[in-house]
Amino acid sequence: MLNDTRLRWLILFVPVAVLGVFFWYGVADSLWKSFASPEIGLQNYAAFLQSPAEMAVLRRTFLVSIGVTAVCLAFGYPYAYLMTVTTARLRTLLMVVVLIPFWTSMMVRTYAWVALLQNNGPLDRVFKSLGIGGLALIGTPGAIMIGITQILMPFMIMSLYANMVRIDRRLLDAADSLGASPAVAFVKVFVPMTVPGVVAGCTLVFVLSLGFYLAPVLLGSPQHAMLSQLIVQQVSQLLDFGRAGAMAGVLLALALSVVALGAVLARPAIERGYGENT
Amino acid sequence: MRGGIPRSPGRIFAWGMAGLVMLWLTAPVLVLLPLSFSGRRSFRFPPDTWSLRWYENFFTDSTWHASLLTSLKVGLLSTAASMILGTMAAFALHKLYFSGKAFVTGFLLAPMIFPGVVSAIAIFGVYLTWHISGTLTGFVAAHTVLSLPFVIVSVRSALRIFDWELEKAAASLGASPFETFRLVTLPLILPGVLIGGLFAFVISFDEVVVSLFLQTPFVRTLPVQMYLSVTESIDPTVAAASTIIVIVTVASILISMLFWQKRKTSDA
Repeated sequence: MLNDTRLRWLILFVPVAVLGVFFWYGVADSLWKSFASPEIGLQNYAAFLQSPAEMAVLRRTFLVSIGVTAVCLAFGYPYAYLMTVTTARLRTLLMVVVLIPFWTSMMVRTYAWVALLQNNGPLDRVFKSLGIGGLALIGTPGAIMIGITQILMPFMIMSLYANMVRIDRRLLDAADSLGASPAVAFVKVFVPMTVPGVVAGCTLVFVLSLGFYLAPVLLGSPQHAMLSQLIVQQVSQLLDFGRAGAMAGVLLALALSVVALGAVLARPAIERGYGENT
Repeated sequence: MRGGIPRSPGRIFAWGMAGLVMLWLTAPVLVLLPLSFSGRRSFRFPPDTWSLRWYENFFTDSTWHASLLTSLKVGLLSTAASMILGTMAAFALHKLYFSGKAFVTGFLLAPMIFPGVVSAIAIFGVYLTWHISGTLTGFVAAHTVLSLPFVIVSVRSALRIFDWELEKAAASLGASPFETFRLVTLPLILPGVLIGGLFAFVISFDEVVVSLFLQTPFVRTLPVQMYLSVTESIDPTVAAASTIIVIVTVASILISMLFWQKRKTSDA
């Protein structure tokens, strides 16, 4: 009986069990191995945190993710803003342009950047014809950032738009009637109300970019490796699940603390009634 | 147009930025289309000669079309599984009240924000010892758990706007709880279930990192085949495969939209 509480528990139990067995067991297992393989102890974490080369990779991963987040915010903010103020037809156009790449395969998009950024490729030749020849595009952190940004931009824009669309624009009219110039009204009235959207978008983009694998492998180079590449290398080449688990543990801890930080940062704005971010 | 920045340098600047974003988001994929019709074995753009040989290669070379078939199989099976499991989870979460509900919700939704590589090694490590790595079962299980959270989120939002008085009405008219679910609740939350399913299919059809670990030369999904091809050789079949992926994705979105439209008109 569907109204029977016991049946509801059963209905909840099945998906929880499937996820528990086919996902969480593996997560627990790899974290366990990070402390217990080859022997019980913190040696896997110590080896990771004491290796200057691996710390450089962690720092690069962090910096690239911050860069991606900043670029997404800088470009996504005006884009989302225009979506809330423009005509219905232009809004549809802006929306479709965001959604099409969102639904397009990540592999396809990353490969497209390989084709575009390759040496002697289209962008390379454009730069050469402009007289800025010899720019190495592919194989640099810049190329990785271009690729990741394109994939994560829709996440930022949709987070910002979901927040901005709920803002009562009469508040800006009120600021106007109280003598604020449009620019002042925008900065002092509109921008503070978008803080929850900004925090939600930045958290999402930052966390997702931390774990990117495809773009760094295909657009970067081993000299500019990101943490995800290091983790994959430990497993697929060295079958060292202990070391890989430790790196994954650090990456996961980083991601979760950013999510927690985002929740803390968004709270004051939400408490002031600037919209919940769902 | 009221409020905000009127026709001003600010607005012009915003449109300039938006124009760049539009180019940035769409241009890369548009580049692939001409590349897939190239006559040469090179990624030269624009191609100097044209042919259909890469499409021909895609459909004659078994490594390519077998991987498409595997992708479709894994996609459909994992979508069905995550639609059923996700609807169950969302329904139970909506109806049950207990302490620790936030924890269970987090447990169910967490794979969504897990870094891809972390999920990959976690899944690979245990699937390997269970001997389901490299099998269709392994792929379907992995893709199901990765797409399940998206179905749950989508069905939950449909349940939030569902009018629960309708269930009481059905029950008072003598419908059994199962009949109520099948005849009243399910049809009304179906759009949420279908959108969740669409998400699930696209996620599965797109997944690379976990699949890269699980793959063998015999069981390999299309994005993995593309990845291996890009890293190993210059083969414009990748561009043809990309175009085919884009077509499959757009088609699945259009079909679900048509389906939805038809339901809307038949409901009216």
